[in-house]
Amino acid sequence: MTEKKKSNELQSYWSGNRELRRRWAKLRRNKAALFGGVLILIYLFTALFGPILYPGNPSAPNLIRSLETPSRQHPLGTDELGRSILGRIVHGSRVSLLIAIGVVSLGLLLGVPLGLVSGYYGGKVDFGIQRITDTMLAFPGFLLALALVAVLGVGLKNTVISVGISMVPIYIRLVRGCVLSVREQVYVEAARALGTRDVAILMRHILPNVMVPITVQTSLGMGTAILFAAGLGFLGVGVQPPTPEWGAMLGSGRAYLFHAPHVATFPGIAIFLAVLGFNLSGDGLREALDPRFKL
Amino acid sequence: MRPEPLLSIRNLRTRFKTYEGMVTAVDRLSLDVHRGETLGVVGESGCGKSVTALSILRLLPSPPAEIQGEILFEGTNILDLTPDRIRQIRGNAISIIFQEPLTSLNPVLTIGEQISEAIRLHQGVTRQEAWKRAVEMLELVQIPSPDARAHEYPHQLSGGMRQRAMIAMALSCRPQLLLADEPTTALDVTIQAQIIDLMVRLKEEFRTSIVLITHNLGLIAGMARRVVVMYLGKMVEEAPVKDLFREPLHPYTQGLLESIPWIGQKLKTGKRLLREIPGIVPNPLEMPEGCRFHPRCPRVMEVCRKEEPPLKELNGGRKVLCWLWN
Amino acid sequence: MLSCSRLVAPKIDWNMLRYVIKRLISTLPVLIGISFLLFFMLRMLPGDPAQVLAGQMATPEEVQNIRHQLGLDRPIFTQYALFLGRLVRFDLGRSARTQNPVIEEVWARLPNTILLAVAAIILACLFGIPAGILSAVRPYTWIDYLVTSMALFGISMPVFWLGLMLVVLFSVILQWLPAGGTGTWKHVILPSITLAAFVVAFIARMTRASMMEALAQDYTTTARSKGLKESVVVVKHALKNALIPIITVVGLQFGLLLGGAVLTETVFAWPGLGRLIVDSILARDYPVIQGAILIFGLLYILVNLMVDLVYAFVDPRIRYD
Repeated sequence: MTEKKKSNELQSYWSGNRELRRRWAKLRRNKAALFGGVLILIYLFTALFGPILYPGNPSAPNLIRSLETPSRQHPLGTDELGRSILGRIVHGSRVSLLIAIGVVSLGLLLGVPLGLVSGYYGGKVDFGIQRITDTMLAFPGFLLALALVAVLGVGLKNTVISVGISMVPIYIRLVRGCVLSVREQVYVEAARALGTRDVAILMRHILPNVMVPITVQTSLGMGTAILFAAGLGFLGVGVQPPTPEWGAMLGSGRAYLFHAPHVATFPGIAIFLAVLGFNLSGDGLREALDPRFKL
Repeated sequence: MRPEPLLSIRNLRTRFKTYEGMVTAVDRLSLDVHRGETLGVVGESGCGKSVTALSILRLLPSPPAEIQGEILFEGTNILDLTPDRIRQIRGNAISIIFQEPLTSLNPVLTIGEQISEAIRLHQGVTRQEAWKRAVEMLELVQIPSPDARAHEYPHQLSGGMRQRAMIAMALSCRPQLLLADEPTTALDVTIQAQIIDLMVRLKEEFRTSIVLITHNLGLIAGMARRVVVMYLGKMVEEAPVKDLFREPLHPYTQGLLESIPWIGQKLKTGKRLLREIPGIVPNPLEMPEGCRFHPRCPRVMEVCRKEEPPLKELNGGRKVLCWLWN
Repeated sequence: MLSCSRLVAPKIDWNMLRYVIKRLISTLPVLIGISFLLFFMLRMLPGDPAQVLAGQMATPEEVQNIRHQLGLDRPIFTQYALFLGRLVRFDLGRSARTQNPVIEEVWARLPNTILLAVAAIILACLFGIPAGILSAVRPYTWIDYLVTSMALFGISMPVFWLGLMLVVLFSVILQWLPAGGTGTWKHVILPSITLAAFVVAFIARMTRASMMEALAQDYTTTARSKGLKESVVVVKHALKNALIPIITVVGLQFGLLLGGAVLTETVFAWPGLGRLIVDSILARDYPVIQGAILIFGLLYILVNLMVDLVYAFVDPRIRYD
């Protein structure tokens, strides 16, 4: 015990800049995280500049050229309506990014404040929030999103709301857990004893400590959001055609699996790579930032 | 002439590979443990005393650990043994007790199982016989109603009981050498005394040699005959216990002794107050040049900053690593 | 004394019993929460819940009938009480599509989903746990990298896409296995592999993490210091401790698996609960959606309960606290 305490003291003595540098160095050495970062950059680039790279309306049908295998003109082939699959994937990246950002923002906006309040104040507020969280977590996340879609209806906006709300309990849990552990720390007690206002304590002392897990969860959450939205699209209850959405593209390609498997293959690869990017960087961030991971 | 030592460590160097380079935890350490002897090893946290104990049993995972030198146990070099042979020694000829009995005992196995599995392994007896002997061991370490306790899990025992169980486990195969790494540090003071009494008694009964690793000089004074003082992986002083307390040679040892309160001491000398060793233990990655203690040494000289002192052997079996004595 | 009574009669483990009862009571709030969720679900919809429940084709008389039958003309608390009363009798009304009682529709599909889920979880444990142990025992070697990257691929892959790709490979190209439907054991293989892929990845990751932690604990060093073989140290000392978080993950994954079942069942035209939910959402058949969600919720609670009981079995600290 004493030995451990000592080493902690030493660690804090060496901390500060050196610690940050060490962690940054560790993140850069992590080739997997680096690869994830590259995947995310490609994804963002495609989403932002895609329509410039691939001009034209990706939803305009061209029935003469339906279900063509990959060719020079259409590197990934065409779908049942003769539309370029590459074009639709490129344009679809923008849709999925929009959804992912919307979902994660909604999750953060609702989940973080609720988690902070729940963890910091405890008591009845905490009890109420926790019972709601428990109930929501009693359902697998995807099913929760599906149930919400059932109530709200299909479409892009409702996809964002449904998936977003289904993620709120995860953020509440995460933030609440962190707050509970930080709240008992000596410096927070000291701040409270000095009469610092609650809001100030939350902002200055607790939020920074919660930032690391939130950052990690945000990266992982982007991946989950893409997966969930694509799942809803695949089932036909998400973003509706003719909007190019990866999941919906897969769903419609399913009918041509026997004769033109490429229609379903390529959108899946796009989803996979985007999600992989966020998962890799989430893992890398956790390893680099979380002090519980030894260096 | 002294008889051949039971354990003889020669130029032991244990290093760890880290992202920022090699960290030397133990540096060219040489020491002997004789049969039936209790050798004390003292030093601050991080001086390499625990790593030494783990090196002896080759319990450090490699990588990251790299061990060099010789560890001769009854004449054979432990570092040359095959994994099978070293396993025959562990828990049988040499066993070890750790500081924190709660984390050192497996929480999901009963006390009896944890003791008897070593007996089964090394003595090749049946399950029932091993269990019987485990209960006997619990009785020997004075655990009340050992029959029932053997069926319990570590969390159901008090801290003192757990450490008794650890001792029972370590001694269950009557080892020739016991490595005790801070065996009482995690315990209450009253319990500490009981555990020490127990260890002293069992040492006599089993004729076990003990390497007692601790930062508690009081414990050393009570149990050991010879002491080795370590600082940053190096042995800085070795001496018979009485001589060390009467006349510490190394400035670090002097600092250590001045930093602990002794009953009646202040009255006797009238002037000595508790003193602390200034400075902190340096980062192991940035070892000071020359003598490792020089940044904190009150009697530092020019030579100390540049050159490492050699180990000087003095009369009466004393050794010291300091320019003051050269 | 103690060992004597052990021989005479199988003693009831009161600690265990108390723990089970405590755990059962703790599921109550969630059950109430689920009932609220179901109750308010229809009332959140725009329009008249009676109309929604009766379906689009219903005549005004039918709608009026349902309104009265469900007490929708009474105060909201009475309505909730009535709803709760019907809920405990599993009376969720009739399907707007088929006019069959909801509970029958749901009940008929349940075994298929459970079959798929259990097959998948067994498959996932069978591969995930050994893979995780292997990579924890040999960290930062090629085998560890292989396991961890496969696991990461597994959790990043859309379930439905994997399912389709398996169909392309095994049904279209190789023609070994059917692409969908039920009937023979051959029909179970592809859907359960699809469903397991995701879970196997999670289990492997968790096993690796918790084994690494257990192997770094003091008690592992103690076990090694006794001279035990490495295989005994790993299995008897480390794994038994590491199992606790692994069981949690398996339980949690069972939930995710139910979610994944929705997609997998759609891919393979598997007549389970997940498929039923999707069809009902598309047909706006709300009574059936309610019923299926209720069953999913109950299943999840049940699995969590089982997980907690297994915990108490594996970890003596829980039983006696």
